[in-house]
Amino acid sequence: MKRSLFSLALAGTALVATSAYAEDVTLTIESWRNDDLTLWQDKIIPAFEAEHPGIKVKFSPSAPAEYNAVLNSKLDAGSAGDLITCRPFDASLALFEAGHLADLDDMEAMGNFSDVAKSAWQTDDGSASFCVPMASVIHGFIYNKDAFAELGIEVPTTEAEFFAALDTIKEDGSYIPMAMGTNDQWEAATMGYNNIGPNYWKGEEGRLALIKGEQKLTDPQWVAPYATLAKWGGYLGDGYEAQTYPDSQNLFTLGRAAVYPAGSWEISGFNALVDFEMGAFKPPVQNAGDTCYISDHTDIGIGMNAKTANPDAAKTFLSWVASPEFASIFGNALPGFFPLSSTPVELEDPLAKEIVGWRGECESTIRSTYQILSRGTPNLENDTWGASVAAIKGTSSPEELGQKLQDGLASWYAPQQ
Amino acid sequence: MQKPRIRWHIAVFLAPAVLVYTAVMIFPLFNTLRLSLFSKIDQERVYVGLQNFQTLFGDPIWSEQFWNALGNNFWFFLIHMLVQNPIGIALAAILSHPRLRFAALYRSAIFIPTILSFVIVGFAWKLILSPIWGIAPSMLDAVGLKSLFAPWLGKEEYALTTLALISVWQFVGIPMMLIYAALLSIPEEVLEAGEIDGITGMSAFWKIKLPLILPSIGIISILTFVGNFNAFDLIYAAQGALAGPAFSTDILGTFMYRTFFGFQLQLGDPHMGSAIAGAMFAIILVGVCIYLFGIQTRMRRYQL
Repeated sequence: MKRSLFSLALAGTALVATSAYAEDVTLTIESWRNDDLTLWQDKIIPAFEAEHPGIKVKFSPSAPAEYNAVLNSKLDAGSAGDLITCRPFDASLALFEAGHLADLDDMEAMGNFSDVAKSAWQTDDGSASFCVPMASVIHGFIYNKDAFAELGIEVPTTEAEFFAALDTIKEDGSYIPMAMGTNDQWEAATMGYNNIGPNYWKGEEGRLALIKGEQKLTDPQWVAPYATLAKWGGYLGDGYEAQTYPDSQNLFTLGRAAVYPAGSWEISGFNALVDFEMGAFKPPVQNAGDTCYISDHTDIGIGMNAKTANPDAAKTFLSWVASPEFASIFGNALPGFFPLSSTPVELEDPLAKEIVGWRGECESTIRSTYQILSRGTPNLENDTWGASVAAIKGTSSPEELGQKLQDGLASWYAPQQ
Repeated sequence: MQKPRIRWHIAVFLAPAVLVYTAVMIFPLFNTLRLSLFSKIDQERVYVGLQNFQTLFGDPIWSEQFWNALGNNFWFFLIHMLVQNPIGIALAAILSHPRLRFAALYRSAIFIPTILSFVIVGFAWKLILSPIWGIAPSMLDAVGLKSLFAPWLGKEEYALTTLALISVWQFVGIPMMLIYAALLSIPEEVLEAGEIDGITGMSAFWKIKLPLILPSIGIISILTFVGNFNAFDLIYAAQGALAGPAFSTDILGTFMYRTFFGFQLQLGDPHMGSAIAGAMFAIILVGVCIYLFGIQTRMRRYQL
C-alpha cells in the first residue's frame, strides 16, 4: 500500500513535470504478458523511443489470471494506462461497449491487417475496430525428427498417412505415438478439435456459416472431426485420462513421445528443453491435394484507453505497433507468436519459420467457437472441451456430441434456432 | 433506589469482535443474498426478484448442473461420514490406549496433513496417482497388482471418490483429535466401575466410551457437513474449474466459482453466482437446523 502510494505520488510529480515542459509524454501499457517484460523494456520500447523522441513508454503488466479483473477496476476508477493490451473477442468487446476502448477505424495503419486478423477486435458487424492486432498462434503438430528418421517415417500430409505413421510408432513401441492428455480438457478442444477441424469445415467458410446459422453443429463437417478424434485415443500414452498439460509437454520434450499436437506458443519453451531436432507438420488433409486450412488464431492485440490524456501520442504508438518494424522485433523475440500484419516478416527460428510458412500454403481461420458463439450459457467453447474429451475417450458417439452441442447453442443463439 | 448502571464495558469489549465479524462475515453474506435478486441488463443492474432462482431450478441447462453438483456433494459428504469419521474414531480409540508406545508421534503424523494447503495436497496426490510419473503404479507393480491401477482422477466413475478419499486422508486428523480429547476426559472411575461389573476391553468401548463421546461425534458430523458443502479448494486444485472429467467431480463450490467469476470464454455472472451461493447457504442452513433441533436436543447427556 505504502509503495503504491509512493508511486502514485511519483506519477503525480511526473504529470506536473510533463505539463510544465509539454514535451515528454509518458504512455503506460496495461498487459497480462508479464513474461514479456524484459522484451518490452530491452527491445521494443527503446526501438520506439529512438524513433519518437518526446514520447516515453512504460510497460506495466499484471498477472495473467488477474488481468481482466484488475483492468476492469482500473478502468472504472479512471486510473488505467493509456494503452491497453486486448484479449481477443468478448472480453475486449465488452470494454469497447462500456466506452473504455477508443474506436481506431480512422487510423491509417489498420489497413496493414487482413479482415481475419482484425476480426477478434471488431464489433459483430465489423463496423468498428478497437485494437491493433499484435500476434496470433498457429496450430499443427510438432514432431521428433530423430524418432521419425529412426523409424523411417515420412512426414504425413493426409489423414491416412497420419494414422499409418502413428501405427508404425505404436508397433515399434519405443515411443508413445502422441503426447496429449484429457485431464485438463482444453488441449482436446484447442489442439485436437480446432486443430484438425478447419480442414473439414473449410476454415472461414464453415465458421462464418455457423455464425450466420447456415450450418449446424450436427452437419457432417462439424461432426466428422469428433470421429477422427475418437481414433486418437488408441495412440495416446497409458492413462492419458489423467495426463495433464505439463505431463504432455514433458513427455514430448524428454523424447518419450514422437508427435505433439501443438500450438505455436510452445516453440520457445520447447527450444530450451529438447535435445533432439524438432519439425512441424500441418493438420493432415483428407485426400492428397485438398486445400489445407490452418487455425491461425488471433490471440493478442493492443488498443487505446478512450479516456487517455495523450490520444495523439497513443495513436503514434499504435501506428508503430502496426508497422513491419514492430512485427519483426516482436516476431523474432517471441518465436511462436506470429505478427499479424500483411507484410511478411522474416523469422529466424527454423521451427517458427516452418510453421508461419503454412500461411502461404493454406487458408487461415480462427478457432470456431471464439467469435460470438461462446457468448451465452451454455458456453460453446467450454462444452467443446468436454465434447472433445468424450470423443477421444469414446464415451459418446460423434453424432451424440454434435447433437448436444447444437442443442446447447440453439438454446440461446437466435440464428441457430 | 439506585438507578441500574449502564454497563458500558460490555459494549466496549464486544465491539471489536462484533464490528470485525459484521464487516467480514455478516455484511458480505447478506450482500450476496441481495445480489442474487438482481441481474445485469444492458450494462445496468436491474432488480429481478427471484428470477435467478427460477432460472437455476427451472431452466434445464442450469438445473441439470445444479442437481449434478448437489448429488456429487452428497456423495462427497457420504464418503467422509462413512470413511473419515469411523477411521478418526478408531484412531482416537487406539491412540488413547494407555499401553500404546509412540502415541504422540502417530498423533502428530496423522494430524500434519490437516495443516497443509489444499494446493499442495492436490498437487502431491496428482503426482502420486499420475500414470506417467506417479509412484502409485510402480508400488502396485511391486506387489504384483499393477492390473488394479487405473488413471483414477481421469475416469468419470472413480474421480469423485478418489478426491473424497484424498480429502479424508487430509482431514482424518480432525475427528481423531476431537474424539481423542473427549476420550481423555472420561474419568478413570467410570471405567474402573465398569471393570468391577465385568465390562472390559472392546465392550468397555462400545458400552461406556462410545455413549459418552456421542455429543462429540455429533459435532464432528456437523463440521463435516458444513465443510463438505462449502468445499471447493481441493477439486479446483486437482481438476480445475471445469471439475472434469465431464463434470463428474463438480460440486456446488466449483459450480458457484465457475458461474460467479467466469471461466475461459465464459464471462462471469455475479448475479447467478450469488443465486447459487444463496442455494448453498440454504442447504447448509437446513442441514444445521435438522441437526440442532432434530438430533442435538434429543441426545442424552451424561453428567460425569
